[in-house]
Amino acid sequence: MSSFVTDKVKNMPASGIRKFFDVAAEMKDIISLGVGEPDFFTPWNVREEAIYSLERRRTAYTSNAGHPALREAICEYMRTRFQLKYSAKEEIIVTVGVSEAIDIALRAVINPGDEVLIIEPCYVSYRACVILAGGVPVTVPTDEENNFRVQAEDIRSRITPRTKAIMLCYPNNPTGAIMERDDLEKICTVLRDHEDILVISDEVYAELTYTDENKHISIATMPGMYERTLVLNGFSKAFAMTGWRLGYACGPAELIAGMVKIHQYVIMCAPTTAQIAGIEALKNGLEGVQKMRDEYNDRRRLMVESFREIGISCFEPLGAFYLFPSIKKTGLTSEDFCTRMLMEKRLAVVPGTAFGECGEGFIRCSYAYSVEELKEAVQRIKDFVLHSTDFHGGIV
Amino acid sequence: MDINLLNKLERNAKLTTKELAVFLNQSEQDVAASVAKMEKDGIICGYHTLINWEKTDKECVSALIEVKVTPARGQGFDKIAERIYRFDEVQAVYLMSGGYDLTVIIEGKTMKDIAIFVTSKLAPLESVLSTATHFVLKKYKDHGRILHDGSQEDERMVVSP
Repeated sequence: MSSFVTDKVKNMPASGIRKFFDVAAEMKDIISLGVGEPDFFTPWNVREEAIYSLERRRTAYTSNAGHPALREAICEYMRTRFQLKYSAKEEIIVTVGVSEAIDIALRAVINPGDEVLIIEPCYVSYRACVILAGGVPVTVPTDEENNFRVQAEDIRSRITPRTKAIMLCYPNNPTGAIMERDDLEKICTVLRDHEDILVISDEVYAELTYTDENKHISIATMPGMYERTLVLNGFSKAFAMTGWRLGYACGPAELIAGMVKIHQYVIMCAPTTAQIAGIEALKNGLEGVQKMRDEYNDRRRLMVESFREIGISCFEPLGAFYLFPSIKKTGLTSEDFCTRMLMEKRLAVVPGTAFGECGEGFIRCSYAYSVEELKEAVQRIKDFVLHSTDFHGGIV
Repeated sequence: MDINLLNKLERNAKLTTKELAVFLNQSEQDVAASVAKMEKDGIICGYHTLINWEKTDKECVSALIEVKVTPARGQGFDKIAERIYRFDEVQAVYLMSGGYDLTVIIEGKTMKDIAIFVTSKLAPLESVLSTATHFVLKKYKDHGRILHDGSQEDERMVVSP
């Protein structure tokens, strides 16, 4: 039988997480630290607003770029939260999650063969979206030694005349790393020598940083960067709205116009109900964000402390809701470690390699779970690393 | 005084000193000392368990009573409030603004218990002008906790990126 699928798609590996999920999903009685979404429900005022909008039959399309009131609200939010000024009319597009924004941004900027720098470990879709858009992903690895903050030199050495864009994600999934102002300044120094490189900054975890000194700084606020940076953000993580699929992109008018062009043909507009909910989230949801942040922070401390107690090395993540502990001392590969955790201890954690090769030796543990679940999970990891004697003599 | 500590304890009194220390980034000794001091100062007044009695076999009825009173000269409402809150069956007494003066929340085994309390203890008090008793039919939410919230099962996928 003839195959209808392109070589490009055939050759694209399925997401590492997907494979793992298929196994885990079949298993009963497992606990998981594997999810990349909040355990909170969308705040009631947001859900209630959506219900009310349905009662009032607000079920039509919105304008392609997004409901004008939502774009206004995003504009106000970006200005007050992150000191970024955008025109609601020309510099903002509302998308179906940040996922869509990544896709249409790359399709809008990549000519065949263009290179895109991708900082790994990173979210699973960047590489695939670059390939689908006809580009060539170029990996810039990060390491634990530098707290998974990308180093200027590692960027500089990978820039070629074909480099079209660089994708950043801080606070980072999967590592929980952030970039402080000094770190950003160093990479901006490199980028200022290459003015034709677009910065695509996925800031979906921007609300989730945990110390006063480490509030999120958008790279677009750094001198000389605003005009060449596309900021992506969304409602999933901050407002616990993953299933609503609502995100947005802010940046230069020409680029946004290009993205709107693609978006209008393939998506038309983001779901109307979600957009109306999004307006309420931005207007009256920030207190709820603070409560969730406080709760995540408790768990973050608990997990870092617990891992240290059982002798697993873990740099302190300052953002998002993940820990990225090293399991190198066990002598197991990430994938072996996770498979055995799943089979022997019925605990799902994600191998670091799902997020790039340099994730080898690490696992991603989400702390978007109740304290009780987290404690049980830590206990299982402890049982595994301390009492499994068949590898590398245990961990301590 | 540590508001953050109080907020955590108010939501979950079972947190151990060690857990609180980790959450607050303080030493266990410091947390224990703060808690002890706030107990002594009457800021922390007790540690309670929220029970949904409707799910048990225990017979119990509660009522909210609106009470109009005459304040006593020189002592305002405090004196009459005290006469009321000292009864064991009274769970809470609040001084209110608006159409009446005191809210009295009372619990008893049966409606008859509460009727007896109102007619023989509360209404006859000299300063009490009138009472209006409202029986609680169902508690939906108490102390910030939804009591009938159906399944709380985690519907998220086991693993997601």
